[in-house]
Amino acid sequence: MTPLDLTLSELRAALAGGELSSRQVTRACLDRLARLDPALHAFLYVAGERALAEAEQADRRLREERRAGALLGVPIAVKDVLAVEDMPCTAGSKILEGFLPPFTATAVRRLQEAGAIVIGKTNTDEFAMGSSTENSAYGPTRNPWALDRVPGGSSGGSAAAVAARIVPAGLGSDTGGSVRQPAAFCGLTGLKPTYGRVSRYGLIAYGSSLDCVGTLTRTAEDAALLLAIMAGRDPLDSTSADRPLTLPDLKAAPTSLPLRGLRIGVPDEYFVAGMQAEVEAGVRTAVAALADLGAEVLPVSLPHTEYALPVYYLLAPAEASANLARYDGIRYGPRLAGSSPQEVMARTRGQRFGAEVERRIMLGTYALSRGYYEAYYAQAQKVRTLIRRDFEAAFERVDLIAAPVAPSTAFPLGAHSDDPLSMYLEDIYTLPANLAGVPGLAFPVGFDGQGLPVGMQLMAAPFREDLLLGAAHAYQQVTDWHLRAPALEEANL
Amino acid sequence: MSLSIEEVRHIAALARLELDEAALTRYCRQLASILDYMARLRQVDVSGVPPAGSALAACPLRPDQPRPGLTVADLLKNAAEVEAGQFKIPPVFEAE
Repeated sequence: MTPLDLTLSELRAALAGGELSSRQVTRACLDRLARLDPALHAFLYVAGERALAEAEQADRRLREERRAGALLGVPIAVKDVLAVEDMPCTAGSKILEGFLPPFTATAVRRLQEAGAIVIGKTNTDEFAMGSSTENSAYGPTRNPWALDRVPGGSSGGSAAAVAARIVPAGLGSDTGGSVRQPAAFCGLTGLKPTYGRVSRYGLIAYGSSLDCVGTLTRTAEDAALLLAIMAGRDPLDSTSADRPLTLPDLKAAPTSLPLRGLRIGVPDEYFVAGMQAEVEAGVRTAVAALADLGAEVLPVSLPHTEYALPVYYLLAPAEASANLARYDGIRYGPRLAGSSPQEVMARTRGQRFGAEVERRIMLGTYALSRGYYEAYYAQAQKVRTLIRRDFEAAFERVDLIAAPVAPSTAFPLGAHSDDPLSMYLEDIYTLPANLAGVPGLAFPVGFDGQGLPVGMQLMAAPFREDLLLGAAHAYQQVTDWHLRAPALEEANL
Repeated sequence: MSLSIEEVRHIAALARLELDEAALTRYCRQLASILDYMARLRQVDVSGVPPAGSALAACPLRPDQPRPGLTVADLLKNAAEVEAGQFKIPPVFEAE
């Protein structure tokens, strides 16, 4: 067993107990990264020397201080939409090539203060706009389970890095499913917290009313560990919530019916024609397993589900068109020459943004423009209210909602390259949680006939991450899907 | 729905995106097909439903107190052109 086979929780215990040094672990991460990343392309930037220097410091503190930080000496990967001071941050875009942020995102800073070491920045669809990581201006990431498949997106780099056992944990962002869908495609546990649970300060803005910082780990226990550190009010983000986070005691000895008293709703609207049969079977089998653990399973209805996709793909691009107005070639990033400020902006943006980003900026600009605002943007905001009410009504009757994460397992690279709308349809099961602001957790529940991971998601009422993590943890005590690793050593790397 | 190339040109101008004819034609076709899909939203009865601008019920404000922030040097270090401690851009007004 190498240090990289350990989960985050096991690794921190081994470090705190002196069985492993941070230098050993960090060195092992960087070696594995150097060996695998030419084939995976999970990383956009590797902070090798800085990480090793921080590991030396961590080892000194582990020797000298009796009370180590919760993550002291643990290496992690960070999606390249989260700023880390003096590490290049591109958001997967050529318009931020060479940008060095002068600050660190609050979520990352809190993990660093707990002792985590950032070993690098991971690949993402440009400005987190995509479901495959193919929209990165720096080339796609490949799925460690099958190199001809996408890892999902937009947090595909962090997902591939954790699935390939390069790091025990990665940070992502989830605006419409960008943590949960890559988690499902890569066989991982992916947490999208409640909107406002984790500060967005230092997260490059895409759709500000939807954006959440989330985690990619192997286990629910590891997700809980990271969430507990990152969560909480931050004066630098006015939308961050001041709500207590009470997590269940996941260390407690498992009982035979740990989910007794928990009501899980299964919405018909999430099992639609066209979904891969093995995905539906995987989810239904996992729901039965949750029932075996004591949960009561009952049908529930979210009648406006079919409108989540059009609502999201109007509101998120509208917010993006405003958020991305700041990329003007003047204050940061490369600049193309022009004879007026307008020409500098239009030329820099036209040359440096990729096609999906341009498409969403134009879609959003259209939805906000005079004559179309009421029909598109305002209408979408009202339907968003109805989607939120669907969840409020459902959570009167059930504690959790169980659903698929995506209609299929990981699809081949290039499968949606000519048809943007078909790529958007990949997000139908993940968008509603973002529109309603509720937390969602994806975790592995099996494999399809081609050996690709199948995931399912649980959703809960706002600020009830404890229910999500407790149920997934109970499931992971009686199954081992989350412990399976891709056979990368034998793959043609 | 149909979207004219002139409308797409207008949107690109509003969005400050300089695009060539091939890109405008491509986006014209793609945006029309995406907006077609969006049309199903009009079926929803939203009478009396308030718009949701955010997932939050309320957004608390903090007191507006001065505190240390990033320095001018921090803020200028990523700019393509800087002069005398300021961002430099082409002239906004033509010289007489």
